[in-house]
Amino acid sequence: MSQSPEPVRSEPVGLAPAILETPNRARILARLRSRPTARGAAIALVILIAAALFAPFLAPHDPYDLAALSIFDNRLAPGTQSMDGPVYWLGTDSQGRDMLSAILYGLRISLVVGLSATAAAATIGTLMGLLAAYVGGAVETAIMRLVDFILGFPTILVALILLSATGRGVDKVILAIVIVQWAQYARIMRGTVLVEARKEYVEAARNFAIPGWRIMLVHLLPNALAPILVVATVQVASAIMLESTLSFLGVGVPITEPSLGLLIASGFEYLLSGEYWISFFPGLALVVLVFSINLVGDRLRESIDPRRR
Amino acid sequence: MTLFILRRVIQSVFVLLAVSLVVFFAVYAIGDPVELLVSPDTSAAEREVMIRRLGLDLPIWRQYLVFLGNLAQGDLGTSFVHGVPAVELILQRLPATLELVVLSLVIAVSIGLPLGMIAGLAPETRTARTIMTGSIFGYSLPAFWQGMMLIFVFAVFLNWAPAAGRGDTVSLLGVEVSFLTADGWSHLILPAINLALPNLALVLRLAASGTAEARLQDYVKYARAKGVRRGRIVRRHILRNILVPVVTVIGVEFGSLIAYSTITETVFAWPGMGKLLIDSVYQLDRPVVVAYVMIATFIFVTVNLLVDLAYAMLDPRVELEKGAS
Repeated sequence: MSQSPEPVRSEPVGLAPAILETPNRARILARLRSRPTARGAAIALVILIAAALFAPFLAPHDPYDLAALSIFDNRLAPGTQSMDGPVYWLGTDSQGRDMLSAILYGLRISLVVGLSATAAAATIGTLMGLLAAYVGGAVETAIMRLVDFILGFPTILVALILLSATGRGVDKVILAIVIVQWAQYARIMRGTVLVEARKEYVEAARNFAIPGWRIMLVHLLPNALAPILVVATVQVASAIMLESTLSFLGVGVPITEPSLGLLIASGFEYLLSGEYWISFFPGLALVVLVFSINLVGDRLRESIDPRRR
Repeated sequence: MTLFILRRVIQSVFVLLAVSLVVFFAVYAIGDPVELLVSPDTSAAEREVMIRRLGLDLPIWRQYLVFLGNLAQGDLGTSFVHGVPAVELILQRLPATLELVVLSLVIAVSIGLPLGMIAGLAPETRTARTIMTGSIFGYSLPAFWQGMMLIFVFAVFLNWAPAAGRGDTVSLLGVEVSFLTADGWSHLILPAINLALPNLALVLRLAASGTAEARLQDYVKYARAKGVRRGRIVRRHILRNILVPVVTVIGVEFGSLIAYSTITETVFAWPGMGKLLIDSVYQLDRPVVVAYVMIATFIFVTVNLLVDLAYAMLDPRVELEKGAS
């Protein structure tokens, strides 16, 4: 809600400017490497992204090739050998689709949605926050009121209502995620820029009569980007999670482009009869993906937190 | 205080108006409800009657004004599908959702708070690291998949609890509740755990960071120097201070949980508001969708106000007049 309580928590006053000091890249990487869980998560992440990228070469079957599907192979348990030779390591779904292949392709859709939605939301939110902080006045009030309004509602509800109005589609899911996520970046960016704009180099730039847009984009933006990048990491995970949830609820991606969430949903009805693999394995892939991103994001946040140096 | 409450109430009315505007126009874009309500072989004249009866022949801004006028009288329209007032339909489902939300919060706090404090009291130990990594895992689990796995393990495989539905209810002051029957509990427990897990992780992390910070404050050092027992320091000095953010989160999350229960209710076929919302979205039952959002928003706004007031009571340093941004 617009009047959601601004937490009067006892944040140390010096925290905000300290975060803004450009973090030493070498130190951040060293900190990341020193944590075995973070390293494991980073490796898992690279493997998953590579698997998604090279899905057409890795997948034993083409899940989109309807002609290759055999209805006699439906709902086979993991490890079963098919009629014509290859083994279904992760079983098959209700249409006889190889689950391993379906997961590899589903991973692609989940990642595409998560990454593009985050990129768009971060760009829009960053620019809006920058504008609000630098221009101030009515522009700031208008932008920040909108931000408060959006952040006042649970993301799932806003996205659900939006998608029920627009209908299913990969592009529409991305749009809905952007609408619910940009506000977060705008709020962070505004806070950072408000502090940054008081520094001497901005003053100096103003004295040189450098145009406002240039001060914003060339001087302020690079110096205020660190917190945005950290938040963006974690937001990729929540975008992926949001997409899968919306797809599960039936308002997300269409069945022609099954993401991990939709694959999980398609196995729901067979779960009660003990055929767990249709839902279990795509879910496992989703959890490993989201968990790895969150772990890396958490360690990144720790690395730039000056209290932990 | 009175001034603060008054100002907040006026703000809340504006929020509700803004929400009604956005939702009304967004939902208006959802399909054509007439197509669903009449059989294909209905004559054009009968269709006309139907459209006029539903008020769909008016331009959209007129429909919105009619909607606002009815809203002022507490009427949020009549469900296209069920033919009863949308408010009634939703309020009927409200107890089931509230039951779920409250129990899940109880679970989240009673497990999250102690675990978080353990991690916060000794942040660099292996136990603390494990708890904190576990909490990241907790909010990395997609709620719907986590619920399905709960069903698979505890309902299908172990057969300890039923997989779906609400079970026996008894009437308590005219409201059907299930937490007073054994069958009700067995149905309630899995969905409540499902809904609790993300918040458990959240409360845990808040408690951990709050404890880690409070532990080093002067008043804790002073208490320790005074010879106060450790248990008493933790309970009286640290717990008291970390309760403020925790209460805020519980309050704010209470509203979100009502929305997030949509997922849990879909997975567990729990007959609450969230399930109704999803069904109404599928059936293009516009009045119910709009009414749901209005009621949910009303709950968020009210809860936020209460949280601010609770804030002032827990922490005398908070000045309410400044608290309103």
